[in-house]
Amino acid sequence: MSHGFEIVWEHSDRLVAGLVNTVVLSLLGAVLALMFGCVVAMMLMASNRVLALATQGVVDLMRCVPFLMLVYLVYYGLPQFGIDFDNWTAGLAALVLYNTAYMAEILRGIWKNLPRETIEAATAFGFQGRRLYTRIIFPQVFLAAGPMVGNQLIQIIKDTAFLTIIAVPELTQAASGIQAQYFVPFAAFIVAIFIYWALCALVEAGTFAVERLAEVRR
Amino acid sequence: MTDSETTETVLDIRGLTKSFGSNVVLDGVSLKVGKAQTVCLLGPSGSGKSTLLRCVNWLEKPDQGSVYLSGRRIGVREGGHMAMSNAELARERARIGMVFQHFNLWPHLSVIQNIVEAPIHVQRRAKDEVMAEAEILLDRVGLAAKKDDFPSRLSGGQKQRVGIARALAMKPELLLFDEPTSALDPELVGEVVAVMKKLAEGGSTMLVVTHEMSFARETADEVILMDGGRIVETGAPGAFFKNPKTERARQFLQRYVS
Ligand SMILES: Nc1ncnc2c1ncn2[C@@H]1O[C@H](COP(=O)(O)OP(=O)(O)OP(=O)(O)O)[C@@H](O)[C@H]1O
Ligand SMILES: [Mg+2]
Repeated sequence: MSHGFEIVWEHSDRLVAGLVNTVVLSLLGAVLALMFGCVVAMMLMASNRVLALATQGVVDLMRCVPFLMLVYLVYYGLPQFGIDFDNWTAGLAALVLYNTAYMAEILRGIWKNLPRETIEAATAFGFQGRRLYTRIIFPQVFLAAGPMVGNQLIQIIKDTAFLTIIAVPELTQAASGIQAQYFVPFAAFIVAIFIYWALCALVEAGTFAVERLAEVRR
Repeated sequence: MTDSETTETVLDIRGLTKSFGSNVVLDGVSLKVGKAQTVCLLGPSGSGKSTLLRCVNWLEKPDQGSVYLSGRRIGVREGGHMAMSNAELARERARIGMVFQHFNLWPHLSVIQNIVEAPIHVQRRAKDEVMAEAEILLDRVGLAAKKDDFPSRLSGGQKQRVGIARALAMKPELLLFDEPTSALDPELVGEVVAVMKKLAEGGSTMLVVTHEMSFARETADEVILMDGGRIVETGAPGAFFKNPKTERARQFLQRYVS
């Protein structure tokens, strides 16, 4: 009758600890990637062609690197240059670096398609520089970006699972530990999968809320 | 009432030229708008009316000529040689209110937020004071009840009245209107024209591009006809509509006045 679920249940504290790390890494990673993504999006949209093209090059490169490779590079490669992280920080750094490129690309795509007229109206009313971005451009971009950013957040949650290879104690690492110790692979992984699914459902709900907000504001 | 010599000049455009590539869109345009005057700019499509308005607040940089607002040159620093920085230009633009054909309200902001946005964040005025004024403005354009709605929920006429209130909230020295009623369903034109007439009578200084001939005839102090990037005729509305001096004006009126 039992497939090891009661063993997994007994060690649920380990799964919860892993889940907390997964959630914290995902949220921190997403928020930081979104913040840096704004800056990079501004560089992509810069009227300075050299800056825009150079940034595009770096973003494209970043999006072509397998995430696993980037994690290896940050964790094993950077210490060669004296940049030494613990595994948790290395994992977060890789997440942020990688997803900044994706977020920037998402934001730029939406920004490019904003109606030019509302931005021009803002210019006519004396907006420029930082306030033009923070008051007029980015609020519109964020409202329209809800579904795509939600999608990317789900991607980030799944990416955190890769961090198990540098021994970050996240959910996959915890499930893996339990199954290896008690040989209950099915139960351990099924429970972990179920938790990932629940996280994604939460993100979907958040995305839906943003969409409801955005509906009347466009 | 062509007493622009005696009244104080608010807008003074001198010898403005602008080309896009080889397309000469403005070919030496000069005009003045006196304080509390309403000047209507008429002209066929493509004659350069929008470009002229956009050169006034430097959304489009003129090739030659100059724009003075209450005696201060726009776009060029004192001395006349150095171009203004973006920040300086923005400060000058905030002295001019603009109303657009397609409203161009900020969709992410409610009606009242649209109105207070620039006074608070560009002009840096006190929020309480600006909010109180905005309520009065909304009342004046008949939209007090729509204060917390978003633009997407308004009719065209309502949007344009918000657009006008938004421009007024800046307490601008000059109001520019670019075909404010052209995108409206015919039955909604009246409500916007009524608001504009009240403004004109209330002493606002307005430069209005319009195809709404009745507005020009009844409200303008001066009517200017543009064609091919030049001013072809200028006059008081009475004379202009009854007795145009030029052949070009006669043709235009035949086409646009039913
Ligand atoms: N940014 C631009 N780049 C290139 N050409 C432009 C630009 N803006 C305007 N033009 C051209 O300038 C000419 C005048 O345009 P403008 O919009 O000023 O005319 P208008 O009198 O406002 O016409 P309408 O009544 O159709 O609004 C047109 O031939 C137009 O194609
Ligand atoms: Mg036009």
